[in-house]
Amino acid sequence: MTTATMPVLKHEAYDVVIVGGGPAGLAAALGAREGGAERILVVDREPEAGGILWQCIHAGFGLHHFKEELTGPEYATRFLRMVEEAGIEIATNSYVLDIAPDRTVTIMSGEGGLREVPAKAVVLAMGARERTRGAIRTAGTRPAGVFTAGLAQKFTNMLGYLPGKRVVILGSGDIGLIMARRLTLEGAEVLGVFEIMPYANGLNRNIVQCLHDFDIPLHLSTTVAEIHGRERVEAVTVAPVDENLRPILDKGWRIECDTLLLAIGLIPENELSQRLNLRLDPVTGGPVVNSAMETSVDGIFACGNVVHIHDLVDFVTQEALLAGRCAGEFARGQRRPKDNIKLVPGRNVRYTVPHSISSEREHTIYMRVREPMERCVLRLGEVYQKRLRYVVPGEMVTLKVKPEFLENFHGDSLLVEVVERGDA
Amino acid sequence: MYDVTIIGGGIIGTAIARELMRYDVRAVLVEKEVEVGFGTSKSNSGIIHGGHHSEPGTIKAKYEWPGNQMWDRLAAELGFAFKRIGELTLAFSEEEVDKLLAMKEQGEALGVPGLEIWDRDRILREEPNVSPSVVAGLYAPTTGVINPYEACFAFAGNARKNGLELALGRPVSAIERIPGGFLVIAGGEPIPTRFIVNAAGLFADEVARMAGDDTFRITGRKGEEYLLDKRLQGFVQRLLFPLPTPESKGILVIPTYDGTLMVGPTAHATEDKTDVATSWAGSDEVFSFVKRVVPGISERDCIAQFAGVRAVADGNDFIIGPSHVEGLINVAGIQSPGLTAAPAIAVDVVRMLSDLGLELAEKHDFDPTYKAPVRFNMLPREEQRRLVARDPSYGKIVCRCEYVTEGEIRDAIRAGARTLDGIKFRTRAGMGRCQGGFCSWRSMQLLSEELGISMTEVTKKGGNSWLVCEFEEVGS
Amino acid sequence: MATTTVTTYLCIGCPLGCRLEVEHDGPDIVEVRGFGCKIGKRFAEQEHTAPTRMVTTTVRVKGGVWARLPVKTEEPVPKDKVLELTDLLHTIEVSAPVKMGTVILENALGTGVNVIATRDVEARPA
Ligand SMILES: Cc1cc2nc3c(=O)[nH]c(=O)nc-3n(C[C@H](O)[C@H](O)[C@H](O)COP(=O)(O)OP(=O)(O)OC[C@H]3O[C@@H](n4cnc5c(N)ncnc54)[C@H](O)[C@@H]3O)c2cc1C
Ligand SMILES: Cc1cc2nc3c(=O)[nH]c(=O)nc-3n(C[C@H](O)[C@H](O)[C@H](O)COP(=O)(O)OP(=O)(O)OC[C@H]3O[C@@H](n4cnc5c(N)ncnc54)[C@H](O)[C@@H]3O)c2cc1C
Ligand code: SF4
Repeated sequence: MTTATMPVLKHEAYDVVIVGGGPAGLAAALGAREGGAERILVVDREPEAGGILWQCIHAGFGLHHFKEELTGPEYATRFLRMVEEAGIEIATNSYVLDIAPDRTVTIMSGEGGLREVPAKAVVLAMGARERTRGAIRTAGTRPAGVFTAGLAQKFTNMLGYLPGKRVVILGSGDIGLIMARRLTLEGAEVLGVFEIMPYANGLNRNIVQCLHDFDIPLHLSTTVAEIHGRERVEAVTVAPVDENLRPILDKGWRIECDTLLLAIGLIPENELSQRLNLRLDPVTGGPVVNSAMETSVDGIFACGNVVHIHDLVDFVTQEALLAGRCAGEFARGQRRPKDNIKLVPGRNVRYTVPHSISSEREHTIYMRVREPMERCVLRLGEVYQKRLRYVVPGEMVTLKVKPEFLENFHGDSLLVEVVERGDA
Repeated sequence: MYDVTIIGGGIIGTAIARELMRYDVRAVLVEKEVEVGFGTSKSNSGIIHGGHHSEPGTIKAKYEWPGNQMWDRLAAELGFAFKRIGELTLAFSEEEVDKLLAMKEQGEALGVPGLEIWDRDRILREEPNVSPSVVAGLYAPTTGVINPYEACFAFAGNARKNGLELALGRPVSAIERIPGGFLVIAGGEPIPTRFIVNAAGLFADEVARMAGDDTFRITGRKGEEYLLDKRLQGFVQRLLFPLPTPESKGILVIPTYDGTLMVGPTAHATEDKTDVATSWAGSDEVFSFVKRVVPGISERDCIAQFAGVRAVADGNDFIIGPSHVEGLINVAGIQSPGLTAAPAIAVDVVRMLSDLGLELAEKHDFDPTYKAPVRFNMLPREEQRRLVARDPSYGKIVCRCEYVTEGEIRDAIRAGARTLDGIKFRTRAGMGRCQGGFCSWRSMQLLSEELGISMTEVTKKGGNSWLVCEFEEVGS
Repeated sequence: MATTTVTTYLCIGCPLGCRLEVEHDGPDIVEVRGFGCKIGKRFAEQEHTAPTRMVTTTVRVKGGVWARLPVKTEEPVPKDKVLELTDLLHTIEVSAPVKMGTVILENALGTGVNVIATRDVEARPA
């Protein structure tokens, strides 16, 4: 179900314009409708809305939201149908070039030309981009055959080409693991997955079903130190790393291969956020948001991977429904009370989203930890604590904060931390 | 029979070709790579040196300052990027200040105007991110930056417009003598020619030997460079140089034409002249040095790295002139400041050809211009609007880091891009933060469409640099 | 006393990733150890006796806006059939348009499980 290019927009101006039609953008559109917005426009640069989900053909989406295990394309299709049934307009093949602080959105769409669309509220949902080789300064030559895992996934699952025949994968996050299985099933030889950290970043389920099932080795505390080959990749040197995560070159070994996939993480797509001069969180790389998912510029909301990287699409949906709802309310002139409590990441907490909350509503706080920990306690200042059996950096931690936790709290900031039991 | 065959399509070969095509001659440029500029000329610092670095009396000095002065006009005629951003050579001790003074005198003797000694306060006022331990600096307003590959494409494009033939993807493997000239065997096919200009860069010694000239050797000296994220745009305004050593001009901070900061290069001899690998040692060398000069720069900001190899002839100077083999002109050992010197070298080589007997009648319809490619992202909004209305392909963004449109990529292919790197160097698509992570599939589709080749035939840089394969090719 | 063997599995129930030990006498399980909770025990028993997997892959589409159609098994299939099944699927070609849910392969390899399309793929405009 692809939506046709819509060079002709139905309206001159919109209540809510949503930039990006991935799961975040689609859920935000539904949220905006719930929030009371009438004229809603979702803009996506691709020929069809749905975002990264189209290429994630594996199962593992929607367990929380739909209580059933869907593949990425199925999840996208369900949302697209709901959005279409709600009569929400989607402009595909359309690129948002710019957003002015007064919320005029500049949209460019080939045949549709370039035009400015005023919006009462804007939701940023541009998703993420992949980290590349430069970011890890891998030494060696610059031949063809070094791909980010997401690009390789697009080639394999949509465009119908394989990135290579003998493949080494750097990075043990879910994307790396899933590509290891995909390429194996398509007949390529996956020679190993290498992870610089002492622990794997992906789900155990993926380690078992993507690696163990096919006898693909996983090497921890090891990285690709050097790339060889002039025209096409001919080999890589992999080496264990020292405590500073630098490869110990004389302990390295060479693997003959023609392809190196980099699955070394995503970073929020923040071109537009930067152009808008939004306050960014240096840890997430995305905008700082309050409990209404509103950024530092009034009426500009954000959700999904553009704010922080999610491993579960269900959380994207949840967060985006909220962002959309608040944007819809904003467009109608309704304002929620301002946040009065700042959240401060403490021990073993890298960041929290939102960055602040308000004492009279219920909130879900998303956070990521720095390192794995077992038998620990998640503490919200002195007001609340929750026991956790484990935390790992690869899985987002969530915490529901109820107004009653804060009844007797009168400060203006709360430390959020995860500590070992007994350490508290 | 051709009048002139130029071997090598780097900055030197293409500049000579462009200069030569002012005249009524039949000329061909032969290049082993599938595009021009894919040798050392795309992998360097991109600096048009101020004119004061070369030691008076050397051949380098003979061409550096005259070359420098020719770039404004060339950039205007040929539409490539060039900007005089100025340079500061920094001294961090009193002894170094003496060397600065000597350098200033050397520059003045060569005729370079505007050289000034700046004290610490002035430096920190103009370049607040330079380390406060700086003592003094030599400022040169004449130094500029270009995108060197763009210059190669523009030289070659203009020369072709004026009648040059381009033979790309044709390595010269042998040269035979024939009456009145040579037979150059390129990619297996013979090219008969009266004169040869040998501008084969790192392999100029081999090409000379093929023609019977065994008088010089070229060795490689590698330089690694590291590009930093756009975040640091404007952090440093001028080129920052340390004091030079005999091997190199040292490790620099380079605000490139496009605003990205680049740091490097290293300078180390390499046995293998095709070795363009970067190394951990090189990265450490560059960043540990640069951090002392500009403490705010860190390896965390690196988005890409590359290395280029300087062609160093015995004697460490350029070799430019007719060989003892009649009809052959060598332009060899063109290490730094080769880019800077290229236009001046080109004029002189054409004169040498005339001295050897090539009759040079000015072409009455010589067109000195070359249309700069459209750069959508650089245009004001209203112009963008008009452009998209006229041709919707400029309304489709392909590279989202650098805002490169489908129209620009199609233009690049029509102007000669044959590979993903060719598109990258012509349009910047894939040069930004994501380094082609997102857009390369689309650029590949456009190459496949425009060139009528399959996706599996699209390459990164020619030869065996294939990108994707068919499902059927893989596995059992 | 019968000789038993111990096979280990990594539990996929949660990130703790318990190292599950199944002591068995041939196919018969004698004891499961190492689990941190019931999920692990059940998983070990299942993995040891009748492991199954959901299979997701793609098949070639002719004339579609995309070159590949993503497909999945409606139910998990025995693990040892996975590679055989994907090899079989890779010989299949369908023509666009295709609707999500369309059965691409019925009763795959006699498992009783169908393979279905997981998205629509429209025909490429001529
Ligand atoms: C390989 C991979 C595997 C995953 N596996 C799972 C899994 O098994 N289970 C699970 O629950 N989650 C999984 N996830 C996570 C989840 O799918 C993502 O977190 C989620 O898709 C993010 O949604 P998003 O809408 O924020 O971003 P995206 O899906 O990236 O959507 C962003 C959209 O915005 C568009 N856009 C961007 N900029 C502009 C612009 N300027 N103008 C117009 N449009 C623009 C883009 O084209 C895109 O369509 C996976 C993610 C990846 C990458
Ligand atoms: C790291 C680094 C930084 C530098 N920085 C600067 C700077 O800032 N400013 C400056 O002025 N200079 C600089 N230089 C020097 C400058 O890059 C060179 O002087 C210049 O590029 C040399 O151009 P060329 O045309 O001689 O060589 P090349 O660009 O190498 O061209 C030679 C061409 O000949 C072709 N060729 C070789 N053999 C054959 C054959 N058998 N058949 C057909 N074709 C063949 C090659 O493929 C190549 O394209 C730098 C150099 C390096 C390495
Ligand atoms: S056995 Fe229980 S605790 Fe251990 S990994 Fe499995 S689910 Fe987690």
